[in-house]
Order: sequence, then C-alpha cells, then structure tokens
Amino acid sequence: MSAATARTDHDVPRPRRHGEDEGDPNQLGRGERPLSERGPAPTRIVVGYGFWIFLLSDFIMFSAFFAAYAVLVGETAGGPGGAELFELPYVAWETVLLLLSSFACGMAGVAVTARSRIWFQAAMLATGLLGFGFLVMEVLEFRHLIERGAGPDRSAFLSSFFALVGCHGLHVAIGLLWLGTMMAQVWAKGFREDIQRRILCFALFWHALDIIWVALFTIVYLFGAGSGIA
Amino acid sequence: MFGKLGWDSIPFDNPLPLVAFGAAVAGMAALGLWAWRRGHLPYLWRDWICSVDHKRVGVMYCLLALVMLLRGFSDALMMRSQQAIAMGNDGWLPSHHYDQVFTAHGVIMIFFVAMPFMVGLMNFAVPLQLGIRDVAFPTLNSVSFWLTAAGALLINVSLVIGEFAKTGWVVYPPLSELRYSPGVGVDYYLWGLQVAGVGTLLSGVNLVTTILKMRAPGMGYSRMPMFCWTALATNLLIVAAFPILTATLAMLTLDRYLGFHFFTGDMGGNQMMFVNLIWAWGHPEVYILVLPAFGIFSEVVSTFSSKPLFGYRSMILATMAICVLSFIVWLHHFFTMGAGADVNGFFGVSTMIIAVPTGVKVFNWLFTMYGGRIRFTTPMLYSVAFMVLFVIGGMTGVMLAIPPADFVLHNSLFLVAHFHNIVIPAVLFGAFAGYTYWFPKAFGFRLDEAWGRRAFWLWATGFVVAFMPLYVLGLMGMTRRLQHYDVPSWQPWLIVASVGAVMIAGAIGCMIVQLYVSIRDRDTERLKDVTGDPWDGRTLEWSTTSPPPVFNFASLPDVSHEEPYWGMKNRAKEESRLSERPDYEDIEMPKNSPTGIVTAFFATLLGFAAVWHIWWLVILGGLGAWATFVVFAWRDEVEYEIPADEVERRDRMRREGKAKMLDLPPEAVA
Amino acid sequence: MSRALDQDENEADRDEQAESRARTDDSVPGEESDADEDVGGGVRGYLIGLALAGILTAASFYVAGSGLIYGPGIPVGLIALAIGQMGVHLVFFLHVTTGPDNTNNVLALAFGVLIVALVLFGSLWIMSHLNHNMMPAEMMRQMQR
Repeated sequence: MSAATARTDHDVPRPRRHGEDEGDPNQLGRGERPLSERGPAPTRIVVGYGFWIFLLSDFIMFSAFFAAYAVLVGETAGGPGGAELFELPYVAWETVLLLLSSFACGMAGVAVTARSRIWFQAAMLATGLLGFGFLVMEVLEFRHLIERGAGPDRSAFLSSFFALVGCHGLHVAIGLLWLGTMMAQVWAKGFREDIQRRILCFALFWHALDIIWVALFTIVYLFGAGSGIA
Repeated sequence: MFGKLGWDSIPFDNPLPLVAFGAAVAGMAALGLWAWRRGHLPYLWRDWICSVDHKRVGVMYCLLALVMLLRGFSDALMMRSQQAIAMGNDGWLPSHHYDQVFTAHGVIMIFFVAMPFMVGLMNFAVPLQLGIRDVAFPTLNSVSFWLTAAGALLINVSLVIGEFAKTGWVVYPPLSELRYSPGVGVDYYLWGLQVAGVGTLLSGVNLVTTILKMRAPGMGYSRMPMFCWTALATNLLIVAAFPILTATLAMLTLDRYLGFHFFTGDMGGNQMMFVNLIWAWGHPEVYILVLPAFGIFSEVVSTFSSKPLFGYRSMILATMAICVLSFIVWLHHFFTMGAGADVNGFFGVSTMIIAVPTGVKVFNWLFTMYGGRIRFTTPMLYSVAFMVLFVIGGMTGVMLAIPPADFVLHNSLFLVAHFHNIVIPAVLFGAFAGYTYWFPKAFGFRLDEAWGRRAFWLWATGFVVAFMPLYVLGLMGMTRRLQHYDVPSWQPWLIVASVGAVMIAGAIGCMIVQLYVSIRDRDTERLKDVTGDPWDGRTLEWSTTSPPPVFNFASLPDVSHEEPYWGMKNRAKEESRLSERPDYEDIEMPKNSPTGIVTAFFATLLGFAAVWHIWWLVILGGLGAWATFVVFAWRDEVEYEIPADEVERRDRMRREGKAKMLDLPPEAVA
Repeated sequence: MSRALDQDENEADRDEQAESRARTDDSVPGEESDADEDVGGGVRGYLIGLALAGILTAASFYVAGSGLIYGPGIPVGLIALAIGQMGVHLVFFLHVTTGPDNTNNVLALAFGVLIVALVLFGSLWIMSHLNHNMMPAEMMRQMQR
C-alpha cells in the first residue's frame, strides 16, 4: 500500500461465498440485506455519525446552560435586566452575520463536491470572516456591558447570560481555529478522503452553532428585550 | 511566576500523605527501573503507551482502575478505623484531613475505579463480540484513556501539593464556593474531573458509533450479545449525561475563578440549582456504572450455566427502558431540599418504576440458571453473590424512594449502606467477574482459581460485615461523614464494620497474590489457555486465539444467529470439520500513536496550572493540546499493512487450537 | 451483474447504485443523500435555506419588537418561529431529512432532543417549586446577622 494515501474507504464488501448465509435462502444478494446486517459502515458514514453524536452531546451541554439561564433570568440583584441591556438591532446584525456565514459554509461544501480548491478557499474565507465579524461584535458587546457595570459578577442573571452567550462564542472561536486548519490542510494536501471527512465534520459543527444561536437569540435576547416581556 | 504555588503548598506538617505518596512513587520507580534494565521500555512505549488497539487500551483502563482501587480503599480503611475509635474523642484523623479523605474516597471510587473498570472492559470486549477489528476511532480511544489517567494524576497530586476538596464528592455550594473553600482543593476536583470527563465523553461517542455503525456482517441488532446492548445503553447515557456535568462544573469554576454568581449566596445565586443539575448528571452516572455490570453478568451467567440467556428480547427492552428512565428520577437525591409533595411524589413514583426493569433482568438471570449445567467458577460465584446482595440493596433503594421515609434516612448511614450495597455487589463484583472471565482472552492464561475463590469469599462476607451494620446505624440516626460522635450505642456497630473492612483488605490481598501466582504459573497446564476458549464460551471473542492477533479476526465472521460462536462450534462438531478457510487478504490496521499521551500531558499541565493560577502555563498547555491535534491531523501515514501470509499464519494457529479443542482430526484444519 | 428482465426499473437502478456505493440507504448528516447532485442543485438548496431562515429570523425580530401579536402570545410565537428556523437549518443546511436513509440520524437527534427537553423542563419544574418553597439565601443571611 502506498505510504502517501491516508485511510481509504472499506466500503466494498467481500463477495459472499455460495451457501454461506442461511438467512438468505433465495440468494437475493447483499442489496436486500437490512442495513443493520451489512457489516461495518464505510468510514465516511462512521466519522460523520460519530461527529453527529458528539454534536448532540454538545446540544445537551448547552441545554444545561440554558436551564441555568432560565432559572436565573430574574435574579438581577437590583441590577440591570435584559430589557435594559439588550439592543435588538445589534443582535439582528450578529444574526445576519452568522446566518450568512452558515450559507458560505454550505458553499464550501458544494465546492468540495465540485472539487474546486479556489471556490473552497474563497467560501471558507468568507465563512471565517463573517464568523469573525460575529465574534468581534459579541466581544464588543461584552466589553460594553462590563464597562457600564453590567459584567458577569454583577448578578446571577448576568453570570448566566455571559456564560451562555460566552460558551457559544467560545465554540465559534474554536470553530474559527478549526476553519483555519482546514483551509491550510486543503491548501497543502488537496481534497484527500480524510480531509473531506473533516470538512464534513466542520460543516456539521458550524451549522449546529447557528442552530444554537437561533435558540440563543430567541430565548435570551428576544424574550429578554422584546416589548411586553420581562 | 508560579501563581499561588509555593513551598508551603506541600503539607510537611502531615507526614501520612507524603509517606504514602513517596511509597507509591518509589514503587513505580522500582518497576520502571526493572523494566528499563530488562529492556522493556521501548516495547512498553511503542506497543502499550502509544497503542491504539482497543484490547491494549482496555487493559490499561482496568489496570488504572485496580491501582486506584488501592488508593480509594486505603481511604476507606482510614475512615472505618477513625469511626471505630472516635467515640467521645477526636480519633486519630483530624477533621480537616478526614473531610478530604471521604471526598477523595468518593471521587476516586466512582471516577477512577468504577468508570475506568467498566469502560476498560467494554473497550476490550465489545469489538471482539461484535466481530470487528477495532472501535470506530482508535486514536481517539487512546486519547480518552490517557485523559482519564491525567485526571487521576491530578487528583493524586493534590495529596502532596496542596490539598483536596473537603466538601464531599458532589461538591455542593456554598461550601465549594470560594468564600468557604478558599484553598485549591475544590479546584483540583474541578480540573481533574473536567479533564477526565472529556475523555469519558469521547469514549462514549466512540463506543456508540462503534456499536451502531460497525458490526460484523449479518449481526443485526437482535443478534448482538447482551453485553453489547448494555454497552450501547451505557454509552448513550454517557453521551447524554456527561455534558451536564461539564456544564455544571464549568459554572462552579466560573464562580470560583471569575467571580460569577451561579451558586453564590448573594447577588442572586441559586445553590439549589447546583444540586439539581449535578444530580441530573449524577443519576444517569450510576446507571452508566451498573449497566455494563449487568451485561457482564448476562454473559457470565449464560456461559457458566451452559444455556443461552433467558428472555433475550425482554432483556433488551429492560436495558433500554432503564436507559431512558434513568433520566426522570434524579430528584430522589434531594427529596429533602424542599421541592414539595407534587414534585417529590412524581420522582418517588418514577424511582420505583425504574426498579421494575431491573427486576426483569434479575428474573431472567435466575431463569437462565434454572435447568442449566452450572459451573461455579469465580465469575459465576461473583454473579450469584451479586444476585443475592444486589437485590437487598435494590430493596433498600425502593424504601428510600418513598419521600417521607427519605426525610428520615437521607444522608444517614442507611443511605451510605444502600449505595455501597448497590455499587459493590453490582459494579465491583461485575468488574471482578468480567476481569476473571476475560483475563485469559487478554493474556493467554487464566487467573488462579483457588486464590480467586478465597478473594471472592472474603469480598462477599467482608462486604456484608462492613455494610450491614451501617443500615442499623442509619436507622439509629447516625448521619454520614462524621469524624467523631458521642453516642456510645453506635460504636459496637462501627467496630464490626471496621472488621468487615479488614476482611475486604484480606480479599484485596488475595487478589494481589492471585495475580502473582497466575503470572508465575502462566505456562502450566493448569492455567495456560491454548484453545482461545477456556470457558466453553458462546460469543465471538472466544473464536479468536488468546490473546487475539491485533486484527482480531482474519476475516470478519458472517453472522446468522444470536450466539454465533456457539453455532460455529456445534456445526464444527456435527460436521467434524472447521468452517471453510476464507481467502486471506492484507489487513490494514491503524498505526500506534503518541497523540493520546501527549494530549494528556498537556491537559495535565493545563489542569495543574489552572489550579495554581499559573496563567502562562495554562496558555502553554492549551496551545500544546491544540498543536498536538494539528500534528495528528497532518499525518500522511495513518495505517500499516499486515500481509496476507501473516494473517494466514496466525489463523492457522487459531484453527489448530480449535481443532485440538474439539478433538478433530488434523485434516480438519486445512 | 446480470439482472432478470422482469425486474422493474427502480430495482435495476438500486442494483447499479449498490455496485458503486455499498450503502445507499444510509447517509451521513451534513451530506446530500445523492452525492452526484450537480453544483447548481446544491447551491439552490442552500439559497432556499438562507431565504427561509432569513424570513423566519426577520419575523422573529419583528414579532418581538412590534405590537403586532397579542402580548402574552409573543413567547409562543417566538418559540414556534425558532423551531421553524431550526428545522430549516436541519433540512437545508444539514440535509437531515425524514427519508429512510436518514433514519439513524433522525433517531439520534430525537434522543438528543428528548434529553434536552427532560433537562430543561425537568429543571424548570423542579427549580420553580424549590424557589417557591424555600427562603432565598439572601434573606436567610440577613436573618443571621
């Protein structure tokens, strides 16, 4: 086996020998076997599914932070609450940036299918810049809040706000590091099988972050700052 | 430069931990020196430390668990001896140490004995039982193990540099907040568990993916061994529950490090929320511990009763029911916190309901034994003792599930007796049964049976003597975690309990002797496993050699029934020949890699630095971990090839062993 | 591979696909089920997703800010819109559909959603009862002085 290639797909099953399978007396062939009996899945499916499971665990972690936020949302300790602090137009722009970033990531995925390195790098760059823009806006918002005395140490409500939104921001930051690594990998090694799998995982991660942002801006900002809601 | 770390961080005034630590380090250094002189170090590094083979990773997990059992048990001896003498006096163990001892005992036993033992046995056996070559993500598996070991290291370092938490193993605020625990103890706890928790979560993802997406051809879900079903349920629980622990510990960390107010007494913090969230993790955690043990017992009982497991489908339903139900009972850990009758009533009922599927399992094991040809080997002895003792513990659990009863018994020794009555007969005996059962598969020779029985009897009787008195004491009103007391009528019971602890110490001693004798006699006919099937097994792992080759199976078996190996054996006996030789092909296996231990090294650095507020080292640790990931991702050569001739040679050895076992003529091997 | 003449076209197609890809009835989350889809189709899917998500997001912000919806109904409206947006992301960006090739992915997602619901609603139910019954820590400390 050549040393240059990385792990290949083991997705062509060994031909079955005559009479080997008693559960298939009419020899209908492996296409008729239920999915659960076809043997180990191709690497691409194993990797993607494994990462999906990891993402679900990440959703559950966020739900613990959401639960804490929901419990502590009223605990402002005499300090400012959401209605006072949240500026919806600002959050709307953040949302636009992240949504466009997700779209750009989708374009990067299409570029992989089309095997176009240029489009891939361009789309990933766009994804990264838009995501970075989102992050900058969020950091500025945090700084502004801290400067006006509404930092995480002011009250339990603010602690849970900073932790929840900050956790999402931390994920975005890690995602950007990963994005940079993927751009470097494709630049250096092209669309090798294992690099394609990692791009798939990155795309899953990036879209999942946008899903969490939907929950976040709805429950934190829109509930908190909208008219008629506490 | 070194944050809060200084010479005064080392407890020179308290010789005991320093001596113990020194002895442990000296022992390990002696072992290391011996290995170096014998030239074993390159082999150890290349083929064990850097191994991504699930069998080796599994063995290392179990080794970690056994070593940490010694540490956790010494904590137990200290507590028992202290309580036996501290009637009306302060005993020998001052309270600020006693508090660290009971906290460390809980943390170590749950996170660094029970979890690694179960995860290790699952790692070892599941791919073999599924008929595949390795888990879904072998290098990630190695990373998971080494991160767990890193967490254990951090907890142990707290013994000699700084202190450990004094809050109990679930670190409730406000005691665990900075105001009331200003030292580094709780920080060691937080960082040690976060590091180990990442390892466990990744291991959960790994095994779920393996079981759901990688099984031998023909092995549909209803043909999977029971251990694999319980492993699936366990790892689904790990994936679902550990994120909650991560989040909750992170919140406490933010409180302690950055002045957040999640659980502080002022500024709106809510301490009850910590209790709620930590037990939302904590209850599934105990099912994570017990479900693999149930799976082990299913395998052991059916093998040593020479009968297929009774009620396979109801076992699956019961297992998955426990998996889901374990997420709706967690409030029973804090009935007394004041949620009120409605909430308490709901969770009381749900807690009783979850006892039902467990009961179904017990009956199925009993019915498996009924009518079988039973061999009382050590694993089977542990299984029978489990069935008797665990049921008692389960019943006391149902008692505690009644909220008014729990108001009397919460945090008494009754509770302590209950959970030890569950964990020891189920998790620990299950671990020992699994350890004895799969030991020959891992190493090629059995454990000495005589010493195994001695250990078993001392464990079973020692456990009864140590913990039954605690039920009585709980009903008499003694609360847990008491460093001293002044009720004379309690002392006789505590003395009896400490005798039980000494008996258990004897049991552990027997296990150590067992290991020595077994290794010494490993080539004798009494212990050596030449056929790969020392127990007349029924599942696929017994079709391989002992130990199996790195690739497990020369060609993946095509499965058409439950208990596939039993079917293979019977067919071979009927037809007087082995199955047809497959066409041997080259096999690609993942390369070993130092990624695991290097990641863990940086994680340990990061954790230790975070505890002591050495910020530059924290950043270094984080960057190092990131760099390790990038280096790993940059690899071009990730596999190596085993040529078809080598595969054929190994398989011929295997077939010869099987032919000998079945008394087949030599032509049958061809 | 030869096939019987009376096999219908679908089965023939399936056999052919089975030759080139061993598993067509299992796909990865994040990947189009039909990998041979052209670039245009792929881009179109994402564009539709972007448009739908954009509309729903704008609707969310509008509902929250304006007086269009009856006050107490706003939270419900926002949650419905949020679920809609998440659905758009799942279908158009993550390609998680309800087709048979996505069964495993949907089951896993359902499990995750179940746990999230249990943790969230369980915690909210428990904590609201606890907060109602138990004296706040702040008051307790003041009483101790």
